Amino acid sequence: MNDNHVLPLFVALPLGAAFLIVLVGRLRESLSDLLGTLIAAILVVCSLQLVGAPEQVYHMGGWEPPLGINLVSDALSTLLLVIVSSVSLLVCIYSITYMKGYTSKPKYYGLLMLMIAGMNGVVLTGDLFNMYVFLEIAAIASYALVAFGTEHEELEASFKYLVLGSVASSFILFGIALMYSATGTLNLADIANTIDKNGLNAVMTMASAMFIAGFGLKAAMVPFHAWLPDAHPSAPAPISAMLSGLLIKALGVYALVRLFYSVIGVGGMYTNILIGLGILSMVVGVILAVGQWDFKRLLAYHSISQMGYVMLGVGLGTPLALAGALFHLLNHSMFKSLLFLCSGAVEHSTGTRRLKELGGLWYRMPVTGTTCSVASLSISGVPPFNGFWSKLLIIAGAVQAADRFGPVAYVLAAITVLVSFLTLVSFVKVQRYVLFGALSEKLKKIREVPAAMCIALVAFAILCLALGVFCPFVLEKLIYPARDVVLDKAGYIGLVLGK
Amino acid sequence: MKGMSLIVRTITRLLVGFILVYGAHIVLYGHLTPGGGFAGGVMLACALILLVLAFGKEAALDIVSENAASAWDCIGALLFLLIALLGLTGGYFFRNVLDKGKPFDLLSAGTLMWSNIAIGIKVGACLFLVFLVLAAFRIRDEG
Amino acid sequence: MGPYILCSIILLLGVYAVVAKKNLIKIIIGLLIIEYAVNLMLVLIGYRAGGEAPIRTEAAQDAARILVDPLPQALIVTSIVIGLGLTAMVVALCIRLYEKYGTFDVLLIRRLRG
Repeated sequence: MNDNHVLPLFVALPLGAAFLIVLVGRLRESLSDLLGTLIAAILVVCSLQLVGAPEQVYHMGGWEPPLGINLVSDALSTLLLVIVSSVSLLVCIYSITYMKGYTSKPKYYGLLMLMIAGMNGVVLTGDLFNMYVFLEIAAIASYALVAFGTEHEELEASFKYLVLGSVASSFILFGIALMYSATGTLNLADIANTIDKNGLNAVMTMASAMFIAGFGLKAAMVPFHAWLPDAHPSAPAPISAMLSGLLIKALGVYALVRLFYSVIGVGGMYTNILIGLGILSMVVGVILAVGQWDFKRLLAYHSISQMGYVMLGVGLGTPLALAGALFHLLNHSMFKSLLFLCSGAVEHSTGTRRLKELGGLWYRMPVTGTTCSVASLSISGVPPFNGFWSKLLIIAGAVQAADRFGPVAYVLAAITVLVSFLTLVSFVKVQRYVLFGALSEKLKKIREVPAAMCIALVAFAILCLALGVFCPFVLEKLIYPARDVVLDKAGYIGLVLGK
Repeated sequence: MKGMSLIVRTITRLLVGFILVYGAHIVLYGHLTPGGGFAGGVMLACALILLVLAFGKEAALDIVSENAASAWDCIGALLFLLIALLGLTGGYFFRNVLDKGKPFDLLSAGTLMWSNIAIGIKVGACLFLVFLVLAAFRIRDEG
Repeated sequence: MGPYILCSIILLLGVYAVVAKKNLIKIIIGLLIIEYAVNLMLVLIGYRAGGEAPIRTEAAQDAARILVDPLPQALIVTSIVIGLGLTAMVVALCIRLYEKYGTFDVLLIRRLRG
């Protein structure tokens, strides 16, 4: 019996809001703006309330585990919930003015709320098939949102994303079927318990391979990354921010961490696979990014590279590396969303995304220019912004892993430093071509973006700076508890099954 | 979109009522026999799609317009959410709080029947709307 | 063992259709075949030897019957509904793509590259 009913609200509130917005948005469009932003604000308040609160298991419908579906909120889920709700709120505020030129705002907010409900569901649930259902809700909403502008390139990108994404989802369902046949239950803690008692067999290994392929595609790991450079640039800018900032983390990285640390139990082979995927994504992502001349496509390739950082940290598994990976998850949502919103602001004012046609925008658009510089410094890992601390932690974690992996760990750390340098190079290129340099004739008349968009940009920039300056506080409150939960499989089982 | 021949229209006029009633039966008895909300909803949508195919798009839209279908879609989903929130009175979200009755009766199994009805309304309206939207492209091509 | 291997072969046929075919509609059919294969796998997993459909009756010897596992059947219904939503979306996208590009050929719909 619990008195605290806040956990189902994270899923029920956005779901109800989605349908309510479509129903009443037809009457007045400003109602949909108001409702969407209000729901996002309520979710931020609820998720901040969960930080530092004791861990909680909610039994849906009153059914005890392992029979029923539970919602589990431990420190890792709380971290993801805080990330999802804060980025969603700022994206909703940004969309108030950005989406004015598109067709149907109520439908946009409806799909956005569905995506938020799906991500919250994936992060909170303690049941394997329930995770698949919420994953599909978020993914199908994102396919529709990528095609929202219905121009040539958006439709093509959405089709490609849809085909690849749905093959991945089918593989995930295949893995779930195999896992159910091997263990006889769908509850994550119960599966973990069964694996502890009986060990892994061939069917579970096949299921793990299916999970790596499926969730790896959702997390945009190389070689499953081919959809991302087309889908993220073609979406409207706030949706690009949501996709790069949230979807690949909540659906891809979180699911892999939860399944491979808390359920299957990370062993030699799986860690090496995750490290391999991470290094490959980091290197391929940044090398392909440096040569791009389209602003949003460059940012999309950098998303692949930064997710490689996170996967490397997750694979290494040492306490420092895991803390660095989780902190980089938080930081990347902040600065990558800010970068995509800046590119949206640039496109809104100038109408183009090509780097060669821009230049000298800082003088005409100071807010966008300053926040873009803040985000570029953060992603390149320049102190005191947040990117520096998380990259430092991952590199330190790689060095710390030398006693387990041998001298290979030093090579991994060196590659990480090199990739960081290449990231700096590509963002110096962005700065030079977009913000500084000569203002061309066509762009002399452009103005700064409207107030709602400025508010979102400035809020993100303040968050980037604050996460960097108050880094010890953030680490202690959010990151270290999440890291302890990841490393403590027996604690997860005890939390869900013990009560 | 034009309708079909006289024979098709006459048979449709006779049969549509039966299809709707059968779909409603599948929805209502969902907790006793196979089927339930989704399968019954698909049949309700099929009855409406049959109307579009036999009589043409304009005549069918006079009976259930696009705005009405979209509104019933949202109402069905919100009704389902309301039933789930009703469970909070029993202590947990989504709990089955209504009277369970005797097994194999129609009015048994608590909230299951009402959830089936809500899902039936939603799926019926939603699939009809999907058909209308997909068929709309052909109209633009012909005209 | 036989049915499981055949089910995996159907899955691989679906993947072949998605990878190797040039027509958009054939790619969509490949997606549907993959979905059917996964649903079939769930059905196969739920089977018990000599079991009947998992519906209780009022008969006296109801307690002695062997029933197949009903949980995978609920999973399959959910998966079919999700597949329906996905199919509706991908077909709508396909129609819009034909309107914009004038062709169903995947090799000609290649504005995004690099």
